[in-house]
Amino acid sequence: MSPVTTQDAIVQVASDPDTIDRHFPAAARTAAREGLDGDVAREALLLAVPGPAAYVVDAVRRVYDHGDAAERRAVLLALPALDAPDRANAIGDGALPIVRDALRTNDTRLVAAALGPYAAAHLDADAWRQAVLKVLFTGIPVEQVAGLAERADDELARMVRDYAAEREAAGRVVTPDARTVLDLSLAHRAD
Amino acid sequence: MRIFDPHIHMTSRTTDDYQRMHAAGVRAVVEPSFWLGQPRTNVGSFCDYFDALLGWEPFRASQYGIAHHATIGLNPKEANDARCREVLDVLPRYLAKDRVVAVGELGYDSMTPEEDDVFAVQLGLAAEHGLPALVHTPHRDKLAGTRRTLDVVRESALEPGAVLVDHLNEMTVGVVAESGCWMGFSVYPDTKMDEHRMVEILRRYGLDRMIVNSAADWGNSDPLKTRRVAETMLAAGYTADDVDRVLWRNPVEFYGRSGRLELPETDAPVETEPGDLVGAGATFLGNSVLRGARE
Repeated sequence: MSPVTTQDAIVQVASDPDTIDRHFPAAARTAAREGLDGDVAREALLLAVPGPAAYVVDAVRRVYDHGDAAERRAVLLALPALDAPDRANAIGDGALPIVRDALRTNDTRLVAAALGPYAAAHLDADAWRQAVLKVLFTGIPVEQVAGLAERADDELARMVRDYAAEREAAGRVVTPDARTVLDLSLAHRAD
Repeated sequence: MRIFDPHIHMTSRTTDDYQRMHAAGVRAVVEPSFWLGQPRTNVGSFCDYFDALLGWEPFRASQYGIAHHATIGLNPKEANDARCREVLDVLPRYLAKDRVVAVGELGYDSMTPEEDDVFAVQLGLAAEHGLPALVHTPHRDKLAGTRRTLDVVRESALEPGAVLVDHLNEMTVGVVAESGCWMGFSVYPDTKMDEHRMVEILRRYGLDRMIVNSAADWGNSDPLKTRRVAETMLAAGYTADDVDRVLWRNPVEFYGRSGRLELPETDAPVETEPGDLVGAGATFLGNSVLRGARE
C-alpha cells in the first residue's frame, strides 16, 4: 500500500468519499509519521465527507461500525464538530445510535468519548442519566461529562443518592465524583 | 526481566492470568485469531471475534499494564467450511488496523485442497498489506505438514524472513531452520514442547530466529511458560542478554516488520557474567529468578 499524507487523504475523501474506508484505519499511523495527532486527522477526514447530512451520517456510522477501539473513539470525539451549527450538513441527532452503542460497552475510553457535547445536546434524559451513573460506577472522571451542570436534575440526584446509600450500606467509600454530581443536581433545582 | 509472549489467546484467559503475567515480567503479547473450540458458521461470528481482538481485549490488557496486539486470518480448521469462506472478503478491512501485526494463524490442519487455497490466498494478502505471516503447523502428520507449509511459503510473494512457522518440535525444527523462516515453539504443560527440551533445541540451533510462546488458550496450557523457559535458560548458563534476545528482542524484530507494534518503555537487562546467574539461590538484579520470585 503506498503511503499517502494526511492532506492527500483529506483531499481524496472530499472528492471520493468512499475512500474514507481505506484512509480512516491508517490515519493515526500516517499522522504519527507527520508528527500530527491521530484523532485530529481522523476528525478532518470525517469533516471532509461531502453531501447531505444523511449521507454523512451513513459514512460516520459505517466508519464506526468497521472501526477498532481507537477509530471508534475518534469518531465519537468528532461528533460535535460534525454537528457544528455553521455546517450546512450538520448531522443533527443522526449519530445517536453510535453514542448508544458506545455507552453499552465496558470500555471506559469509549464511554467517556461518547459523553461529550454531542450527547449533552441530543441524548434523551433517561439514557443520559444512566450514562452518568455508569461513569460513576466505572470510575471515569466526572469532569469528562459535557453539560453536567446544565443537565443534572432531580431524578439524577435521586439515582446518585441511592447509589451513595448502596455504597455506604456495603461499607464502601462514596467518591468525591458522586458528591459532585449530587451537588450539581441539587444546585439545578435551586435555580 | 521483560517478556513478550508472541502467541497467546487471552480471550480464553482470566484477569488473574493478566495479573500473574505482569508480575512475571510479561509486558507485551500478540493474540493470533484462531478457532474457538466451537465451530463458527457465518462471517458475522468472525467479525465480532476480530472486533473483540482489536477492541475489548487490548483494553482489558491495558488495565494490567500489558500491550496487546493481534494477528488476523481465517484458520485452517474453519477454512474447510464453505460457510466461513466469506471471511476472506472482510480480511482486507482488518489487515489495515493499527494493532494487527501479522496475518494468522494460517497453515494446515488436515491438509485438504480447501486449506491449500485459503493458505495461499492469505499469504498473498500478507504481502499486499506489508505484514508478516504466522503459520500454525498441524498436530497430525506434523513433519509432512511442515514440509508442505514451507513449499507453499516458497511459492508465495513473502520472503522467508517474513514468516514464522509455529508449534515446532525436534522433528520439524531442522527443515524450518534451513528454510530461513522464523522458528516458533509453544511450551505446554504436557504436549507440544517443554522448557527443558526447548533449551536443548536452543543449544543445538542457536538463538537466531528463535521464538518462544505459551500459546495459552482454553485447553491445558500455562501463560507463565515463557517465564519458565527464561528461568530454565538462566539455570542452563545462558546470560540475561540471551534470555532478553529470545523472549523480547526476537519477537519484537519479527512482528516489528509490520511497523505497528506499540510497546511500553522497558529496560534491557544489565549484562552480567554468566557465572553469576547459575546455581541455586543465585539472583539477577536482586531477584531470585531461579526460584521464580516476582519482581
